[in-house]
Amino acid sequence: MILSTVFEAGISIQYYVILSAILFSIGVIGVLIRKNAIVLLMCIELMLNAANLLLVAFSSYFEQSDGQVFVFFIMVVAAAEATVGLSILIMAYRNIRTVDVSLFNQLKD
Amino acid sequence: MSIDLIIYLLGGLTIGSALMVIISKHPVRSVLYLILTFFLISANYIMLNAQFVAIVNIIVYAGAIMVLFLFVLMLLNLSKENEPKTSLLVKVSALISGSLLLLVLLAVFKDASFLSIENEVSNPNHGLVQNLGKLLFTKYVLPFEVSSILFIAAMVGAVLLAKRDKNIIE
Repeated sequence: MILSTVFEAGISIQYYVILSAILFSIGVIGVLIRKNAIVLLMCIELMLNAANLLLVAFSSYFEQSDGQVFVFFIMVVAAAEATVGLSILIMAYRNIRTVDVSLFNQLKD
Repeated sequence: MSIDLIIYLLGGLTIGSALMVIISKHPVRSVLYLILTFFLISANYIMLNAQFVAIVNIIVYAGAIMVLFLFVLMLLNLSKENEPKTSLLVKVSALISGSLLLLVLLAVFKDASFLSIENEVSNPNHGLVQNLGKLLFTKYVLPFEVSSILFIAAMVGAVLLAKRDKNIIE
């Protein structure tokens, strides 16, 4: 089965590079402007997905499967990070009753 | 409807829903917009001939990780009233620094040329599960096993951290 790609239809690889860069920047801005720790974790997921999109785009561009295998490993790391991060958050919420990251400052004093 | 239009529409929708994730005040709304973003990214994967990755993305991200986020949100019982506020100065400076990062990335990639890899046979069925499985269990079998160790460590860590018993933590 031969499937035609979007790159044969006239879309350049630069489009996906720019799309991923924009998504990654949105994730960075989200990490900077939000104070809710759960939303911060979600913005990190957004950044990981921007990297995934770029890997898949290049995998499709070069017609090699390797990039898509790396996407699986990024998903594994993202899942592990989300579970551990959320359980740390639950523990912090149990102790200080908030998820505001600016109040997680007990190590300071 | 030409394929270009579909691709550009998908890209625009993805950016829009990603923006809604960080703009929405209510965390539950952010989670729902993030699920929408993941579905749109999966649509992008399908357009890129990566069918298996698209399905896995929906199952793992939208199905498992986001449900975990929703569960934690329900568990913590957050509302719009006690959502932490960010000052305007922080918001503006974050917007400026994020936009600068985007500017630098765009300036770098604007004129970059992406040459093909030499001596590699291209495979038009690269996104199908047969090829990915073969590659995962031959060339990348060691990272695959290491990732299972990572999962066990994460599982034990999550159970240990979320346990109510204080003696373990202290």
